[in-house]
Amino acid sequence: MSSRAARLSVGARARTTRRRERPLASRVLPPLALVLALLGAWELYVVLSGVQRELLPAPHEVASAIWHGGAPLWRNFAVTAEEVLLGLGLALTVGFGLGVAMHLWPALRRAAYPLAVGSQAVPIPVIGVLLVFWWGFGIFPKLVVIALICFFPVLVTTVDALSGVEEDQLKLMRTLDASRWQAFRLAELPAALPAALSGARVALAVGVIGAFIAEVATPTTGTYPGLGRQIMTDVNLQAAQAYAGTVVLVAFALVCFHSLALVERRLAPWRGRPTGARQ
Amino acid sequence: MRAERLSHSYRDPRGGSVQALDAVSLEVRTGELLAVVGPSGCGKTTLLELICGLQEPDSGTLQAAPAVLMPQRDLLLPWLDALDNASLALRIAGASRPQARRSAHAMFAELGLDGFEKAAPAELSGGMRQRVAFLRTLLSGKPLLCLDEPFGALDAITRAEMQEWLAGALLREPRTVLLVTHDVEEAALLADAVVVLSPRPGRVLERLVLDRPRPRRRSDEQVLALRSRALEVLAGGSGR
Repeated sequence: MSSRAARLSVGARARTTRRRERPLASRVLPPLALVLALLGAWELYVVLSGVQRELLPAPHEVASAIWHGGAPLWRNFAVTAEEVLLGLGLALTVGFGLGVAMHLWPALRRAAYPLAVGSQAVPIPVIGVLLVFWWGFGIFPKLVVIALICFFPVLVTTVDALSGVEEDQLKLMRTLDASRWQAFRLAELPAALPAALSGARVALAVGVIGAFIAEVATPTTGTYPGLGRQIMTDVNLQAAQAYAGTVVLVAFALVCFHSLALVERRLAPWRGRPTGARQ
Repeated sequence: MRAERLSHSYRDPRGGSVQALDAVSLEVRTGELLAVVGPSGCGKTTLLELICGLQEPDSGTLQAAPAVLMPQRDLLLPWLDALDNASLALRIAGASRPQARRSAHAMFAELGLDGFEKAAPAELSGGMRQRVAFLRTLLSGKPLLCLDEPFGALDAITRAEMQEWLAGALLREPRTVLLVTHDVEEAALLADAVVVLSPRPGRVLERLVLDRPRPRRRSDEQVLALRSRALEVLAGGSGR
């Protein structure tokens, strides 16, 4: 309710609305402590229960697998990271573009929205073979799979932000003689862009799994097929390696999530802190 | 601006039809400030939207110079700073951002906003936001300003300050103004003539004229007299 408070405050001094940052230690320590506690419990469980190492490796073995991962781990990671980032870029472009188009042409919205929802229920392996038939064994069919999984949150947040622009705001633009295009560019687009980024942040969480599904669903000819395929190969015989790949993917998703939150804050400081990035 | 026997209805959310205005006739001469007072929901906002061409009347005739609306809420764009918001109309008219900022700056400073060019709307006080919104309206260059309860959302002290400020601003930048308000004192203080509307559907109950030149004070005899007359009319109109 700070804007209401601002409206009611008397006097001509500008107020600073930025919240004070919490000290670094209090933001980093709690998650770190939780992770360490979970790792400790995991290590204890493996040692005490005598579970087969092929089923569940101990954390120190996973750490060692990451440490000694070498080219297979990191080259495969580079392949997957490229897929995730490009796929997310494609999802952002398509989701945002489609969102804007649906907003400007309500008929398109009525026609295409149900299809967009339906697209989220398609089991990827069903279309994997077709994508490979169309675009071969390269990176592109994987980008299509990731974009198919990730465009939806971007689309929804974009459409919501555009239709969330108040009627009164648009009336104001009209009384200032703005054309439809000017009203869109000055009053709607700036509201929609950060919303699309929020959508991308949500999409990212599923995007990493999307890359995994993409790699499994569409075969590759290169030496390094990506971390997803590598994990599928390792999971039966070299569990520690499979877990190492998983840990790297999780860390990557976290870094991307927070980077996007940072970009969003830079682009749209008036929106306050993006949710989920609060610590 | 001359309106004759304007009537307008709108649909309520349940599909029924609500008559907002019933044969309202008004005239504002060039350079004059006409205040329209009436109880909440008497169709004041609808009247302004008709005059600004945002809606078409069901019946009646309207001759109006190009009019610009200053809505009840400031509706400043949060991603633009104060000077960008004030100069919005200039950019819509085709000026580049630096051009628009340069041309708006002189008046920005004149209206007491100097030093707040780069402030975000959320960093401004309520009174300052209204000033930025007023300047945005002024810079549209249209001869007729339609102000919809411009100070309705402000606290009493800030509202009093802003009323004096508006009187001063209009002395420096004379315009034809149609001011809609539910504050009878505000109308008596600022207007050349006051039109009192009935509760919905809005009808003109009385037109009162003030012949004391502006600026006026709250304690001026004419202001007090008009205020009590307008209140009498309003009380009679609502059937009490």
